[in-house]
Amino acid sequence: MDATLLHTQELEINLGPQHPSTHGVLRVVLKLDGERIVSARPVIGYLHRGCEKLGECRSYPQVVVYTDRMDYVAAFAGNLTYIEAVERLCGIEAPPRAQYMRVVLAELQRIASHLLWLGTHALDLGAMSVFLYCFREREMILDLFESYCGARLTLNAVRVGGQLNDFPEGWVEECRKFCEILPAAVQEYETLLSVNRIWVERTKGVGVISAADAIDWGLSGPPLRGSGVDYDVRKAMPYAAYAEMDFDVPLGTHGDTYDRYLIRMEEMRQSRRVILQALDRLPGGDVRAKVPKRLRPPAGGEVYHVTEGPRGEQGVYLVSDGSDTAWRCRFRSPCFVNLQALPELAKGHLVADIVALIGTIDIVLGCVDR
Amino acid sequence: MIQKVLVPLVQIGIVLNVMLLVVAYLTLLERKVIAFMQVRLGPRRVGPHGLLQPIADILKLMIKEDITPARADRLVFWLAPCIALAPAVVMFAVIPFSGTPLEFQVFGTTLRVTPWITDVNVGLLYLLAVSSLGVFGLVLGGWASNSKYPLLGGLRSAAQMVSYEVPLGLSLVGVLLFAGTASMVGIVHAQQNAPFWFFVPQILGLVIYFISAVAETNRAPFDLPEAETELVAGFHTEYSGMKFALFFLAEYMNMIVVSGIIATLFFGGWLPITFGLGYLSPRIPEVLANPAGELFGLAGPFWPFVTGLVWFAIKVFVVLFFYLWLRATFPRYRYDQLMRIGWKWLLPLSLANVMVTAVLIEMVR
Repeated sequence: MDATLLHTQELEINLGPQHPSTHGVLRVVLKLDGERIVSARPVIGYLHRGCEKLGECRSYPQVVVYTDRMDYVAAFAGNLTYIEAVERLCGIEAPPRAQYMRVVLAELQRIASHLLWLGTHALDLGAMSVFLYCFREREMILDLFESYCGARLTLNAVRVGGQLNDFPEGWVEECRKFCEILPAAVQEYETLLSVNRIWVERTKGVGVISAADAIDWGLSGPPLRGSGVDYDVRKAMPYAAYAEMDFDVPLGTHGDTYDRYLIRMEEMRQSRRVILQALDRLPGGDVRAKVPKRLRPPAGGEVYHVTEGPRGEQGVYLVSDGSDTAWRCRFRSPCFVNLQALPELAKGHLVADIVALIGTIDIVLGCVDR
Repeated sequence: MIQKVLVPLVQIGIVLNVMLLVVAYLTLLERKVIAFMQVRLGPRRVGPHGLLQPIADILKLMIKEDITPARADRLVFWLAPCIALAPAVVMFAVIPFSGTPLEFQVFGTTLRVTPWITDVNVGLLYLLAVSSLGVFGLVLGGWASNSKYPLLGGLRSAAQMVSYEVPLGLSLVGVLLFAGTASMVGIVHAQQNAPFWFFVPQILGLVIYFISAVAETNRAPFDLPEAETELVAGFHTEYSGMKFALFFLAEYMNMIVVSGIIATLFFGGWLPITFGLGYLSPRIPEVLANPAGELFGLAGPFWPFVTGLVWFAIKVFVVLFFYLWLRATFPRYRYDQLMRIGWKWLLPLSLANVMVTAVLIEMVR
């Protein structure tokens, strides 16, 4: 029946900024027709700290701590992107051992981030146990980080020209032990979810992104690959020691929430493969190159460096004016770009799907707002 | 006079208080069982192994400030939790907890205390009728809060409970056909005389009833009216303190009633679990029904009364455990999927179940 005849009113509700399933301080203004979403408008900025401006006021090494706090779920990925950009700007190269260590840590961070994503995504859809199982394994990764650099979340372990220090004694064995238990753990989540009727019904066909749309919106990471676009920065523009690693890039076919879920599960397995390869071939030698105390990149230097973070393409754009602070510092946040897709995805879905959609694009508000 | 008024009052008092205690410890059981399934420990701080946790929880809820939103409909806001709780409590009236009545000699008269508050001959219909009233509490609570999330929660519960009411009732018709009576005590007696408990021929009815009942009691994976990740807390978002406690109490009371109904209708109520050994020797069920009397020669109705109570409690516990197991395992259904299951699957299946059962019974006769 025509809605205008019945004089039904659309209900406008605020999902967030304080809401159990918006993963931080995202606010989504929803217009509802009954249970159906007419429009969804994300409101961001509650966590804005001016990281880019800070990046122009502090010297290059001082900015690393801010990159920790942008995507705090995958701090190492942020560190790595920024440091590699600075290295390129200054023409410094880290020794090979440090390059391999970066790969190991970045992939551990990817697994940790995906585990957190899986746990919270499942929790949003009501599967409580998966959340705690994921945290059990994530805890082991955080312990590995802690024994490496003392910090669990905000690592700040990368330095311009190498790493903070070498892996401590026994660390490599501990890391291998973790890699041994990981496949069984991932299998456990899959038994709980992949073949679970309710999970499949909640995720299949929800939030479909076509390949063309994904490219137009500038999506990256699992949301892009879920639509079948084969683009992974690690393969397309290898950095650190990724050129020597052998791994597969999982691709989706339908571009729905279920495909993106499968991709992230497979990425965890692939990350494990990369870690084991890197540990096997870990070269000897120094972990830190000789670097001047005060970094002064040549004036007029300009660099845009991208890496494949757990959430997608992380970029840093730096312009140097010859001093020890950047003249322009810009962070490309994958979460911010991916969040653009939410209003389009939510249209026509039910209110229960919005939590699945927020979960599937996997945003971290620190990363969105910067 | 004493038999007609005082005895029922005492019975009601005992049942009510025991059930409150059971609810309190059901919450602890839930937390412990789910913690165990989720590689956690659960509450451990209050008392040994957290055994006093429910007491602490109740105290907290009682002394908590009871906030009524400024623009809420105060009367309805206050009434809604009571409306939700009352049917849950009233349903205990017809559930038989054990089989043997007790008899006391007081002032020269013999008082007969039955292990059920009353045994009306329309017991099952009474249960169905009363259980469908609980939804009003949720709907009114959601509406009276004058807030958006509770409103959505209330709407959901209205739609959900109305759709699941139909298969819920139909799934029990098969049992009625077998038992030939709607009295709860009569149904257990019918199972005692039948060669099997009714879950054997009515396994489909049992499954449908359990699924519908989980939906009816708003438990996972059908806990849409209070889906916390979507609707914050659903219909009770604005409730706090004792009013919230009443909703909470109603939910757990309903769980226990449903478990009691399943135990009574499908699993022989207070009858002992024999795993079919009764076919080998009729002595085995007799011993299991009254071990104290049969093995140790302790006479009197007290011992079979207690044994029946224990068997009933075991069955109720198993069903409750199932409830908790579901909650720890499954994601939540979506609103439209929930409706689809109710109308497209459960309703036709329960109708078919009634038809097939009726035809089979007629043919055997």
